Amino acid sequence: MIPLLTDGVPRRGLKLLAAFSVALLAAPLVASDYLLTVLILVLYFAYVGQAWNIMMGFAGQLSLGHALYVGLGAYAAAALYVHFGVGPWLGLWVAMASAAAAGATIGFLAFRFGVGGVYFAILTIAFAEFARIGFDHWSWLGGSAGLFLPVANYGGNDILTLRGSPTMFYYVMLAMTASAFVLCHVLLRSRIGYYWLAIRESADAAQALGIDIFRCKMVAVVVSAAMTSLGGVLFAFYYNNLFPEQVFHISRSIELILGPIIGGIGTLVGPIVGAFLLTTLAETLSEIMRAVGIDLPGIKQVFYGFCLLGVVMFLPDGVWPPLGRWLGLGREEGDRGSGEGKR
Amino acid sequence: MTALLEVDGISKSFSGLRALENVSFRVPEGSIIGLIGPNGAGKTTCFNVIAGVSRADAGEVRLAGARIDGWRPDQVCRAGIGRTFQLVKPFAGLSVMENVLVGALNACSSVRAAKARAGDIIEQLGLAEKRGAVAAALTLPERKRLEVARALATGPRLLMLDEVMAGLRPTETDHMVALFRTLNANLGLTILLIEHVMRAVMALSSGLIVLNHGQVIAAGPPAEVTGDPAVLECYLGEEAL
Repeated sequence: MIPLLTDGVPRRGLKLLAAFSVALLAAPLVASDYLLTVLILVLYFAYVGQAWNIMMGFAGQLSLGHALYVGLGAYAAAALYVHFGVGPWLGLWVAMASAAAAGATIGFLAFRFGVGGVYFAILTIAFAEFARIGFDHWSWLGGSAGLFLPVANYGGNDILTLRGSPTMFYYVMLAMTASAFVLCHVLLRSRIGYYWLAIRESADAAQALGIDIFRCKMVAVVVSAAMTSLGGVLFAFYYNNLFPEQVFHISRSIELILGPIIGGIGTLVGPIVGAFLLTTLAETLSEIMRAVGIDLPGIKQVFYGFCLLGVVMFLPDGVWPPLGRWLGLGREEGDRGSGEGKR
Repeated sequence: MTALLEVDGISKSFSGLRALENVSFRVPEGSIIGLIGPNGAGKTTCFNVIAGVSRADAGEVRLAGARIDGWRPDQVCRAGIGRTFQLVKPFAGLSVMENVLVGALNACSSVRAAKARAGDIIEQLGLAEKRGAVAAALTLPERKRLEVARALATGPRLLMLDEVMAGLRPTETDHMVALFRTLNANLGLTILLIEHVMRAVMALSSGLIVLNHGQVIAAGPPAEVTGDPAVLECYLGEEAL
């Protein structure tokens, strides 16, 4: 198991990873409440970005509707808890199943009938929009008035029902992000991982080498959707309220993919780096604005826009590939999308 | 010799243009057969029909007696036909090793075994120095060799090569010819090749099939076919006399 995880990773990379992990584990000891909420947000975006990256970065299928899976996961787990008292650790299986089923439906429609590229992206947006409008009118789930999870003052942290302090959520989110990172690392070195990369690079050539591209793309969508939905489950139990207009909104889908795009599509570390950069910088900006007394709604979105512009213009492979080289990590396994010959 | 590949009366039209018309030929097990003819004769279309990329309007394709027409390209590959593309399609962002590894996974049950197999094949194709380089950084001759390596890695019974010698220097061509001879002799690999480089075709083939305007106009031993007046007129030209 251990060699599977460490083979081919530069020693320097392992050391840096270990240092980074220790820092993250120790963060709640020193961080203020505010900083902790920012870190939770960072980890959340790193996690869902990693999940999205499986579809786009590995298998080359652009989804612009990942809010659908976040929302399905959030609503499935929240509804089970609110209506039937079923805890999140059982609810998450229903959440994953719903999101996987939705992903499989979209994938089947697209891949079976040869819908690809931009048209596939539009299809993913369409399904997220269906969900937004549908959930807006689904009164059992609160409709547009929202679904609220009961909040009580608990003495301690109850991990079984995910009721507790931000510190507890921080560690749960950290565990999820770390697991996603390890899972993606293992996937990339497995048969399906190589098949995904091949399909991303040239579907025709991949098929000529015996790869069932329909099946592989379906696996990518289903795995990505199920993983994303777990982010939704945590989202629901952390924020305790869900509104279709917010959860399923297209801006949520866009927000979710900015991390991996800025960090480096198709890389393992990119989604994490991207989430750290974007979230911390955007929060800092908001704080500065607040401090100087300027109230500009939407400043965060404008900031995201400029970040994207900067990356597209100056770092087309994202921040991580050059950063990784600068750190002396060279071209690591997950860094495939950024070969020297590319662009 | 029994036929490994049998193409039986295939026809294919592209919106009115007759690309293949009642084409039939056999590729005996263990042979190297050259498919030649002028540009636009239908050679690549013929390859695509066999490989499952396009579906024939009529006719049958059989591999070792079993029908494979109408199968998808990946099914055809798994049945035992490896092919290269005339316009090479490397996985540009992946390394040479990873490119070949993807092909080798078809023949191996584990990634570890596929890596070993890919390493051997990279060695055979003379790409060992480039194994860590991304495919996008390769020269055209190297990409052609990579294309062959990938197809070979899938462990085919029949290897279909679409102009893999085009653009190679004579010494490189000789190297390829030697390689295919070795594979044919040692592994009993059957090869069907589309090729314009007559030097390579004549050096390799035990039989030739000539296509013109989508029809087979000649087939048989190389010496016989290259002396055929119809072939000379449409393809090889008068000077070949």
